Amino acid sequence: MAYSDKVLDHYNNPRNVGSLDKGSRHVGTGIVGAPECGDVMKLQVRVNESTGIIEEAKFKTFGCGSAIASSSLATEWLKGRTVDEALRIKNTDIVTELSLPPVKIHCSVLAEDAIKAAINDYKAKQAGGAAVTPAVAETVAG
Amino acid sequence: MPMPIYMDNHATTPVDPRVLDAMLPYFKDQFGNASSRNHAFGWQAEEAVEKARKQVASLIGANSKEIVITSGATESNNLALKGVAEMYAERGNHIITAATEHKCVLDTAKRLEKQGFRITFLPVMQDGLVDLDMLREAITDKTILVSIMYANNEIGVVQPVAEIGKICKERGVLFHSDAAQAAGKVPVNVIADNIDLLSMSAHKMYGPKGIGALYVRRKGPRVQLTAQMDGGGHERGMRSGTLNVPGIVGLGSACEIAQKEMPEESKRSAYLRDKLKDRLLAELDEVFINGTMERRLPNNLNISFAYVEGESLLMGINDVAVSSGSACTSATLEPSYVLKALGAGDDIAHSSIRFGIGRFNTEADVDYVAAKVIQVVKKLRELSPLYEMVKEGIDLSKVQWTAH
Repeated sequence: MAYSDKVLDHYNNPRNVGSLDKGSRHVGTGIVGAPECGDVMKLQVRVNESTGIIEEAKFKTFGCGSAIASSSLATEWLKGRTVDEALRIKNTDIVTELSLPPVKIHCSVLAEDAIKAAINDYKAKQAGGAAVTPAVAETVAG
Repeated sequence: MPMPIYMDNHATTPVDPRVLDAMLPYFKDQFGNASSRNHAFGWQAEEAVEKARKQVASLIGANSKEIVITSGATESNNLALKGVAEMYAERGNHIITAATEHKCVLDTAKRLEKQGFRITFLPVMQDGLVDLDMLREAITDKTILVSIMYANNEIGVVQPVAEIGKICKERGVLFHSDAAQAAGKVPVNVIADNIDLLSMSAHKMYGPKGIGALYVRRKGPRVQLTAQMDGGGHERGMRSGTLNVPGIVGLGSACEIAQKEMPEESKRSAYLRDKLKDRLLAELDEVFINGTMERRLPNNLNISFAYVEGESLLMGINDVAVSSGSACTSATLEPSYVLKALGAGDDIAHSSIRFGIGRFNTEADVDYVAAKVIQVVKKLRELSPLYEMVKEGIDLSKVQWTAH
């Protein structure tokens, strides 16, 4: 299968790889997917509490090149957005930007799910005060 | 070093230049139809075909009269299963095969199942081998055929074929073996192994694509087949169609070279394979070999790099041609059923890479491939949330994942 230049670029030079402190109340963590399905994405955001703006986004992905590219792109798009703006990122935006073929659309869906899971985790932490749950439990159905 | 490096020799092999040289005259000057009995063009073609038939027979310890030319192992497997099923239907309706067979055996068996035959798909043990006791128990008085491959196309494990042949002979059941991967790589002898039908393919052993053979035993017992291709009654009536003379010459030449060079070449490829394996195991943690190393083709290595997805690994080693059992690389979007059959879990299949060392691979190829794979696996593990979790001491099997 031929990969688009943008997928290759994200694969070769993934942006924002890494991890944030999942215990911090400013950090939202989303982990979606399953090892037996062949892809797991971990996406984290660090939000400025007073402005609601995402100041940092990090990812780690187990998956094919398109899954890596989708999550790498997602972290680029998240930085500088408010949490509510982040929730408006759609998987179809990722498909268009990366020119993903039909068989790779699920990679973009997973990235959208990861964004939602991370934002929801952040929101739950804010609402629940100090209630910090292990990141791995903070997942949504994909 | 020519790039990219081809190390996917279980998928196919390049035609050996010596094979090509043998074939070339039969495209143009010696183009006759081997069935033309009344002129020199036909005689030349027939002579070439009979020479090739002897070369094929010699590789597997058979008589040249027992070689039926086909278009390849897929056709041979179809002909063996369907031909035996139809011919022996009155004697019984039960066929035994294994879960890790090639699709052309599994799907043929499933078609026969729809037509009313009873099929037993034997599971394999964790090492990839068939459990002989399970085979013994599966045979009934209705069993007409056991079809177990010689060597597996993904994990390269070599089944205990001689033992299976012995069991089948004792129980009066025909034994077919798909030797597409084994023939020309490891010694195959249909007499010693008590094999009644054996499938072969030229393009897996440096011959051309589109040509292969089915060995059909002539005595002890005399195996009969119902033809699946009707026509001029070629190949003892078992497979009609004008003979592909250049292809057949190529098949024969490939068999002769493989037989002659096998002792040396199997040592050489095992050395290269082991060098690759040892380096990967020495420099990477959490690496698992799929299938037993005890009984294995000398050129096969199937290995899972845990927490790294196969397609992303292939993408990183894009100047090396290998295969993965990952779902993302398959037409069906399912991970390898062979690796699943070993019971190791889907995640191991998603992380697997199959290396197939070939006649034209060099030690420099292996050194390059090992270094490249190590580099890319390390990079992808930096990216892997699973690797990170494992390093943090999280048991991945206890995590509530969100299947999608």
